[in-house]
Amino acid sequence: MTALQPFRTGDTPLPDIVILTHKLTRDYDMGGEVVRALRGVSLQIRKNEYVAVMGPSGSGKSTFMNLIGCLDTPTAGEYWLNGQKVSDLSDDELARIRNKEIGFVFQTFNLLPRATALHNVELPLIYAGQPARERREQAARALTSVGLGDRMDHRPNELSGGQRQRVAIARALVNQPSILLADEPTGNLDSATSAELMQVFRDLHRGGQTIVMVTHEHDIAAHAARVVTLRDGVIATDQLQAA
Amino acid sequence: MPFFEAIRLALQMIRAQKLKSVFSTIGVFIGVTFLIGAWSVVNGMNRYMTEKFAGTLVGVNTFHLRRSPNVNFDVQDSVWRSWRRRPRIKFADANAVTKSLTVPVVTAWYSEDRGSVEYSGKVAKDITLEGTTERYFDIMNLTIGDGRPFTPQESKAGTTVVVLGYDLAHKLFPDVNPIGHNVRIHGIPYRVIGVVERQGNLLGISLDKFVVAPALSPIQREVNPPGVVDALIVKANSEPEMREAMNQAEAVMRSRRHLRPRQDDNFAMETSEGVLDFWNKLSRILYAVGPGLVGIALVVGGIVIMNIMLVAVAERTREIGIRKSLGARRRDILRQFLAEATALATVGATLGILTGIGLSVLLQAVSPLPASVSPFSIVLGVVVGGGVGVIAGVYPASRAARLDPITALRQE
Repeated sequence: MTALQPFRTGDTPLPDIVILTHKLTRDYDMGGEVVRALRGVSLQIRKNEYVAVMGPSGSGKSTFMNLIGCLDTPTAGEYWLNGQKVSDLSDDELARIRNKEIGFVFQTFNLLPRATALHNVELPLIYAGQPARERREQAARALTSVGLGDRMDHRPNELSGGQRQRVAIARALVNQPSILLADEPTGNLDSATSAELMQVFRDLHRGGQTIVMVTHEHDIAAHAARVVTLRDGVIATDQLQAA
Repeated sequence: MPFFEAIRLALQMIRAQKLKSVFSTIGVFIGVTFLIGAWSVVNGMNRYMTEKFAGTLVGVNTFHLRRSPNVNFDVQDSVWRSWRRRPRIKFADANAVTKSLTVPVVTAWYSEDRGSVEYSGKVAKDITLEGTTERYFDIMNLTIGDGRPFTPQESKAGTTVVVLGYDLAHKLFPDVNPIGHNVRIHGIPYRVIGVVERQGNLLGISLDKFVVAPALSPIQREVNPPGVVDALIVKANSEPEMREAMNQAEAVMRSRRHLRPRQDDNFAMETSEGVLDFWNKLSRILYAVGPGLVGIALVVGGIVIMNIMLVAVAERTREIGIRKSLGARRRDILRQFLAEATALATVGATLGILTGIGLSVLLQAVSPLPASVSPFSIVLGVVVGGGVGVIAGVYPASRAARLDPITALRQE
């Protein structure tokens, strides 16, 4: 169990806390019936932590992931990302946060099928408003750093699953986000490729990247330094583990 | 996302989905082609009608006193039959009108029919045989290229001399100067004294296949019953003087025909304005119907584009989700889809403009119409095409922009 900053509504998180949720709640209205997906999750993640979020289906981990990823807004509670309170931002401001602060890695890679690897990696930079030349260079560097320097002009269907996921990682990191948010990143990969991917994550973590990974596989979660388990919309366990 | 980026993306999309793009541009393409094509044709016809047609047939500040209008396009049978029952214009009528006009005018008799002209075994068929008086050449601006027109004496005496049209002269005399040679019309020899300069053509019909002989020469038997002319041509120096001359001529003719005040004229006085009346009527219809047709084509084109874009939004929901997760704002997505719709429409419009220009060039090549494309119609084509794209794109684009990223990402 990591030490929590004693946090009350109205406080500001300490500078080295990248993610802080305070009594985060999310209710869904399913045709008149209210489903309480999250019932007050308070969690703090420091810079350069490597956290796995686990939990059975229906535990609220997807909802939690969407909230952390600024794809959704909470019903109640606070969410601070990198010193900024994002729980009550507008749509466009959330888009900016997703662009600058969050790098997504999805189970299904979510690459644009018609675009080349390079263009896929360029996308966040396009929405950041970077000039074309800089952006191309930066995207090329990001692809090279994940070992795909020679696959830049390939489309996703010309790449293997592992290569696709590495394109996704290059895309996630190209804007130097505060957190890398991985949603079942190995879900569509075989075990050898999964192991490779975990190696990439470990290297990134060593390089100072904060990583939050949602998974239901224990052996994948074992790669993280800290495992948070959700059950019925609340945190059940929160444990540090030896690397 | 910068504007340029949106355009680039849109063009990429169009290239990636060629067939779909072709179909979605067809409506706008047809609309704009029609717009440019029809516009240039109507404009060309307008110019042609006002500058050449009316001027050639009647002449400036000129009226023709005839039994019935020569140029008529939409006459009812009953009117036509009543015209046929009217008395013809007699030599005596022409003389009386000419004598009574007090404004300075130039007059000529004119009669015509079609017939053959022969020279040493060669026969030129379907030639306009014209019997006129000497001032005809001045009034109709027929410049004599070679030789001379006939003199008032020849005119009065009915001498058997002729002036040939350019094409006719070249047909009968391919390698000799025709002046001084005798051509035969219905067996009667006429001495060629002049050849008129080339006149070109009108609506594709050559204006150079004619002979002009004195009205009182034997040619009168070819063109009209005895003592009758088709028209007395009166040319004044100005429009008001022409009007005055027309009034005087009308008065003289009415008294010669013993018409009571209530009765209509049983003769016609035709001016270039009268000839243009018909054209103005027609062009009014064209200008009214044209935009309607263009509008329908563009509306259809717009609906097609809107549908294609709606399908595109549905098909690309996941793409929209991905883009949103990477930081695309609503306005970025909106702009992307708007740009795509606009690009589709603009591509259609551009192709339409090119085809329209091509059509009018083709038309100009194969027909006598000066079908010029006006720059304004090109600008209008681009604006209208782009406008259709924007309008057709707004609804699908705003649907795309409003998509919830989580739902969009979940879409397979």
